Amino acid sequence: MVAQNIGFAIIAAVMVVGALRVVTTSNVVHAALWLVVVLAGVAAQYLLLAAEFVAITQILVYIGSVMVLFLFGTMLTRSRIGRQSDLNNSYWKLGIPVALVVFAAMAIALANSFGTEKMPAEAALVSTQQVSDQIFGPYLLPFWSLSFVLLAAVIGAIVLARKD
Amino acid sequence: MLVNQFLFLAALIFCIGVYGVIARKNAVLVLMSVELILNSVNLNLVAFSMRNGSVDGQTFALYIIAVAAAEVGVGLGLVLLVYRNRRSISLDDLSEMKG
Repeated sequence: MVAQNIGFAIIAAVMVVGALRVVTTSNVVHAALWLVVVLAGVAAQYLLLAAEFVAITQILVYIGSVMVLFLFGTMLTRSRIGRQSDLNNSYWKLGIPVALVVFAAMAIALANSFGTEKMPAEAALVSTQQVSDQIFGPYLLPFWSLSFVLLAAVIGAIVLARKD
Repeated sequence: MLVNQFLFLAALIFCIGVYGVIARKNAVLVLMSVELILNSVNLNLVAFSMRNGSVDGQTFALYIIAVAAAEVGVGLGLVLLVYRNRRSISLDDLSEMKG
């Protein structure tokens, strides 16, 4: 249990630093690369939470394809790759109190609701078979609608980005 | 491991994402902040899946990953279209709908 907590603390620290860099860096490509750090940290937390299939999916989908999309978007919309000073709004300072208030509200609610409740000690590793039994059993209808959402997104992206 | 350590981490990442959505002007960076928010939600779902000893949370997390991938695809398509029409993806310039 102690080893897990140490692992959690290290990964969490890396994730928070990475997330802060994503929203503060003045270079779009650096922001994308810091986002990779955060996404990999989330995948590691999934492994700590005994969710190996979700962790693998996170790595394949986010780090594999979403990041490539972001880098393509950066490349295609900006001629200049490097530091630039106009990435923030003029009222960007307003975001700090908003984020702090939201975090304070959530922290109070979480501390009141869960306190020092522990995770179940003997949590069984969730196998991929169990996940697929859920997806193709009780959650089959959402799975179908998700297929249509993906189809619509693919067609929509082609229609939007087509040149004519 | 406490339940709360994961929930607090997710709350922190969520708030950083909210700050990014408010503070950033570049549309691609706003989309990245939205990804931070979606990931914090996923972390919550998987943490609750372990706490309750049920697989439902992981199923939802997988669905959210798929929807987020679709969202990024369409979002970047929109950003490219805006860039082609205006040579800029600064969100401050898109003010036609302002009353």
